[in-house]
Amino acid sequence: MLIAVFMRELLLALRRPTDALAALLFFVLVCSLFPLAIGPDAALLRAIGPGVVWVSALLAVLISLQRLFEPELADGGLEQWLLSPQPLTALVAAKVAAHWCIACLPLVLAAPLLALQYGLGGETVGLLVAALLLGTPTLVLLGALGAALTLGVRGHVLLALVMLPMSVPPLVFGCAAVSAGQQGLPAGASLSLLGACLALAAFLCPWASAAALRLALE
Amino acid sequence: MTHELTTGSLPAPLRRPAPRWRRLASPPVFHGFAGRLVPGFAGLATVLALAGLWVGFAIAPTDHQQGEIYRIIFIHVPAAWMSMFIYLVAALHAGLGLVFGTRLSPLMSRALAPTGALFTVIALWTGAAWGKPTWGAWWVWDARLTSELILLFLYLAYLGLVSAFEDPRRGDGAGAILLLAGVVNVPIIYFSVRWWSTLHQGSTIRLDAAPAMTHTMLAGMLLMALACWAYTMAVALARVRCLITERAALEAQS
Amino acid sequence: MPSPDAELRLSARGLRCRRGGRRVFAGLSFELRPGEVLELRGANGSGKTSLLRLLAGLAQPSGGALHWQGRPLLPGDAAYACDMAYLGHLNGVNADLTAAENLHFAQRLAGGAGACADPAAALQAWGLAALAAQPARRLSQGQRRRLALARVWMGRRRLWLLDEPCAALDSAGERLFDTRLAEHLQAGGAAIVATHHALTVPSAHLRRLDLDALAPC
Repeated sequence: MLIAVFMRELLLALRRPTDALAALLFFVLVCSLFPLAIGPDAALLRAIGPGVVWVSALLAVLISLQRLFEPELADGGLEQWLLSPQPLTALVAAKVAAHWCIACLPLVLAAPLLALQYGLGGETVGLLVAALLLGTPTLVLLGALGAALTLGVRGHVLLALVMLPMSVPPLVFGCAAVSAGQQGLPAGASLSLLGACLALAAFLCPWASAAALRLALE
Repeated sequence: MTHELTTGSLPAPLRRPAPRWRRLASPPVFHGFAGRLVPGFAGLATVLALAGLWVGFAIAPTDHQQGEIYRIIFIHVPAAWMSMFIYLVAALHAGLGLVFGTRLSPLMSRALAPTGALFTVIALWTGAAWGKPTWGAWWVWDARLTSELILLFLYLAYLGLVSAFEDPRRGDGAGAILLLAGVVNVPIIYFSVRWWSTLHQGSTIRLDAAPAMTHTMLAGMLLMALACWAYTMAVALARVRCLITERAALEAQS
Repeated sequence: MPSPDAELRLSARGLRCRRGGRRVFAGLSFELRPGEVLELRGANGSGKTSLLRLLAGLAQPSGGALHWQGRPLLPGDAAYACDMAYLGHLNGVNADLTAAENLHFAQRLAGGAGACADPAAALQAWGLAALAAQPARRLSQGQRRRLALARVWMGRRRLWLLDEPCAALDSAGERLFDTRLAEHLQAGGAAIVATHHALTVPSAHLRRLDLDALAPC
């Protein structure tokens, strides 16, 4: 059943590629805007690089979340999900996993190229990719909770307001991991903290999102 | 006020009368109870605040390292404590409301949140005012200040979320889920000075060691903390009375 | 799965409903037996949709009792959920998938191939066989409504909760609906239908519930 949900999301993304690629496009654009605005100071760019990439990833995830539950709400599919004998928590988890593959995996793959713009070294890029691999699922899980809580509300500011405070710990740990690598310090602690955030989010967010969806459809 | 039966509940004659404290869970009963308590807490808050400020600004000795500016601790620390404590209490009410479905719990969370946000702002503002002369900067991005800022954003997110829906019960439920999701932030604030080496000074008041400050300073801080607590009780109870009346008026419309 | 011998019986006593903080109806009672259809009548806003959502488990009553097969119906009752199909105002049809893909996914949601009829048979029964490979976006409103009804039919549930099932259907579609409903009732199923379309069901099997006639709240 969960595979069916996962494959359906991938199929829908294939049928509407522009929606799926919007997050990637946004990510690349924002990352490229900073060097244009700040100027070519190499040392400065190397210092702010990890932070900029991370914030752009967070904003790209935020942009993509608007398509997570809204289409299903609009065409009535969400009601059928609630009425299904399958546990809603599992269905939400499968949907979020598919959303991560569609929206975030391209970001993680594009990150090394963008890191070149900021002059980050080879090992740092590896750390960046590892941190993004651990951190973006957490962001998507938290975003799914935010999207479920604010389902049906006009405008997207509330989603950002709800999601961003909870996203700060993964953001901070992710940047700390990459900055530590840049300075030659061990990044293991920050990566472990990222992993811990992911474990906690993976355990709690699908369940809380399911509760929020039930509340939204009452 | 009609009492609404839940599905499958017993008819009235077969129910045992609820013990006195349980009856407080009913909004109309609590409305009267809170009304009697508000003036008492307000008076207590005034007395304690005057006592605490007097101890803090008149009696406590000058700090040998920081001079007079340290006295801002008598506002900063109680405000920071209250900002965390109020969040925990609001989250507790949120949990109770979700699990037991009590009608009063989400109203208590809504009543506590604005005061919690206020104390967070006071803590951040007095922290900046203290930080500038002491560390030379209005703001530093260390773990404790950052997590206190996140706490403020959580309060604002909660207040925004509960007011965003036409159906107040959806606002109650969504706000409760948000409060519970953010509760993990409070231990991070509290323990951040221990886990990360930060610019912020370590805990001066710990449950397991003697405090590293004079008794007068400690007394002043505790008096101010109790004053803030009494103030919170007075304001939250007054606010929850308004919310009970509003909600009753809404439910009486057909 | 409920035992097929257990008699399908749904009864409501004194149901009360609130939506958006406002009271919608109170004191609603009815009994439904196998082979019967309960027709909901009432002006717009009288609570037909609210009642159906309540019976589907999407909302909870603020008072009263529901009984299913003789025992009280609690929220989250899995056996009831497996024996009930709901069709709301929205079709639950994804515009980017084909008609056949929509039904296949609905089949998986409902519990897999063992619990349902074949999607192809469902399309055939509702006159959509020629449109199986069309993306739902290209179907008209009436065709999408038929697809939603095909989903309900495919699930082989004994209780159908239908909210304006004939909305946007043409006369051929309405005749199909009448035929399938009659077959469903003859097979021992029951239905609760909110509709303005006159149901062609023998009066012995037809019960009416007028929400306008309930005590004003």
